[in-house]
Amino acid sequence: MTAQNPNSYRNQPDDRGHFGQFGGRYVAETLMPLILDLEQEYRRAKADPAFQAEFDDLLEHYVGRPSPLYFAPRLTEELGGAQVWFKRDELNHTGAHKINNCIGQILLAIRMGKTRIIAETGAGQHGVATATVCARFGLPCVIFMGATDVARQAPNVFRMKLLGAEVVPVTAGAATLKDAMNEALRDWVANVHDTFYIIGTAAGPHPYPELVRDFQSVIGKEARAQMLSRTGRLPDLLVAAIGGGSNAIGLFHPFLDDPSVKMLGVEAAGHGLDKEHAASLAGGRPGILHGNKTYLLQDEDGQILEGHSISAGLDYPGIGPEHAWLKESGRVEYTSVTDTEALDAFQLLCRTEGIIPALEPSHAIAAVKKIAPTMPKDAILLANLCGRGDKDIFAVAEHLGVSL
Amino acid sequence: MSARLSAAFAKGHAALVCFVTAGDPTPDATSAILDALVEGGADVIELGMPFTDPMADGPAIQLANLRSLGAGTRTADILRIAKDFRARHPDTPLVLMGYANPMTTRGPEWFADACADAGIDGVICVDIPPEEDAELGPWLRAKGISPIRLATPTTDAARLPAVLDGSSGFLYYVSVAGITGKQSAALDSIEQAMTRIKATATIPVAVGFGVRTPEQAGPIARVADGVVVGSALVDLVAEHGVNAAEPVRKLVSALAEAVHSARKEVA
Ligand SMILES: Cc1ncc(COP(=O)(O)O)c(C=O)c1O
Repeated sequence: MTAQNPNSYRNQPDDRGHFGQFGGRYVAETLMPLILDLEQEYRRAKADPAFQAEFDDLLEHYVGRPSPLYFAPRLTEELGGAQVWFKRDELNHTGAHKINNCIGQILLAIRMGKTRIIAETGAGQHGVATATVCARFGLPCVIFMGATDVARQAPNVFRMKLLGAEVVPVTAGAATLKDAMNEALRDWVANVHDTFYIIGTAAGPHPYPELVRDFQSVIGKEARAQMLSRTGRLPDLLVAAIGGGSNAIGLFHPFLDDPSVKMLGVEAAGHGLDKEHAASLAGGRPGILHGNKTYLLQDEDGQILEGHSISAGLDYPGIGPEHAWLKESGRVEYTSVTDTEALDAFQLLCRTEGIIPALEPSHAIAAVKKIAPTMPKDAILLANLCGRGDKDIFAVAEHLGVSL
Repeated sequence: MSARLSAAFAKGHAALVCFVTAGDPTPDATSAILDALVEGGADVIELGMPFTDPMADGPAIQLANLRSLGAGTRTADILRIAKDFRARHPDTPLVLMGYANPMTTRGPEWFADACADAGIDGVICVDIPPEEDAELGPWLRAKGISPIRLATPTTDAARLPAVLDGSSGFLYYVSVAGITGKQSAALDSIEQAMTRIKATATIPVAVGFGVRTPEQAGPIARVADGVVVGSALVDLVAEHGVNAAEPVRKLVSALAEAVHSARKEVA
């Protein structure tokens, strides 16, 4: 780490879990002692070579890391600008980047002697990844999932059940990711003595945004080394989709102190920024929810608005606090793409590269489609292909008017 | 701290603290329900500020939040309800209880000013622990409004002083590790917690979460300075809607009798 350098973008958060004015620990008193314990245990784990070795070993032999760094020749040709490369985290066991974080957190849970795991899930990818590590380590697992998402992500619900998890549909609110997170927090306060909450994105009370980022940073660390060894240089632009922001921060963080590398986070503009969307940086303002201060979609009274995205994994009215800080500091740029643009990009990647992406990274690909043509041919653009699209084919078929 | 709050805990008996959600079932119906709380004998009133995401609440209060927001309750309505209450009831302490985002969204200074203007005595913000006190506490204290904190079964002796530091009015002891609702703690665990907390706390301690009946409230009033009842009242509002005032008054009188007559052991 570059913690000694005051000009580094990589030494956040401070010791109270703040990223500038964002982050922090806004939780009910019942949880406070627990998250203080978690922080201490995480500090010990981070300094323990045995913990790192076990994490690395599982990532290599169970998850299948390192994931490939892939140059996409036909997409590059079609777009006619920058070289487009992908970090292939969709090839991970369970089909998305979510498993990287779950491996890290379950090892922490075991260190802390916790015997029951809970998690929230939107698209179901984090739920599947959590159910997977629970099966692997023999711990009971309860997944909270909005009832709307249970309906639109049926294959993942079945996967979680096959893996032995109990899936609890949450009917409050719009019955999506935010409501699932509320319900997971309610379960947690009632079961603090034995339960570990595996949060699925780089958000929530400190130390979650930090530890999720650290576990996901394997993406950026590998990509940086792979790019240097393949091309002898660093990429010019990184692009990643943003729900809560874990795949994006995982890719970006190891490059933050490389000034030549620009970065672009892509939020979900849903039906459009003037309509229903899930772009909290573009359409929200700072507030406090789910344990942290960050940009939120909210009304003047601070009531939280429902996000909307075609992608269940991006359908969240907040964003991880480090992204809020990176936006305000100007180090990372953020943009958004609509449902329709993401659907087009989804099909484009299928057709040009023989890769079916998840709807979440389809948002990143849609941004790539717009930007690559504006960049010179010798420029290198690296996008995070953070999930595969098997789970989405039913939703996509429906949007394309195809009945399966 | 507010004189009204200190007086409420200096009546020679335990205080009955009653919670209802502002704007439930409608902003217009809340005043009659608050009057019923006072008539029934409540010593302190907690007025819940509805929030879209009440993470520490069980189904009863979640639904109350949704009913209130569904009826169009805005922050301005809640402040108006409070101000009108203060005009009708100059002596009954009124505490706002809710979540950080609606409280801080226009800035802490705005909120503290608005509370002072509405005659509010204390504020319980569920998701601002002492670690994040800077978010709201200093502005409340500057206006003489008590930041009221929660202590829970997970708040150990080492942590308790931090929870008490900067808080005033009373300490709200959440007797179960969990959300608001039906689950209740065993009396002996409450008694042990009171002994532990009273060794450190110099402000009154009220016990809540899962207290629904006079039979439960009486024994707690023997060991605590106050007893908080919430979900049971909110359930009556759910059942009786705009006609809830009378059933609420009845339950509160029964609770008040149990709480006020319980002989409080002198610590
Ligand atoms: C494949 C995939 N990508 C991205 C996301 C969004 O999360 P994050 O922004 O934390 O990467 C999800 C969430 O479910 C996902 O499944």
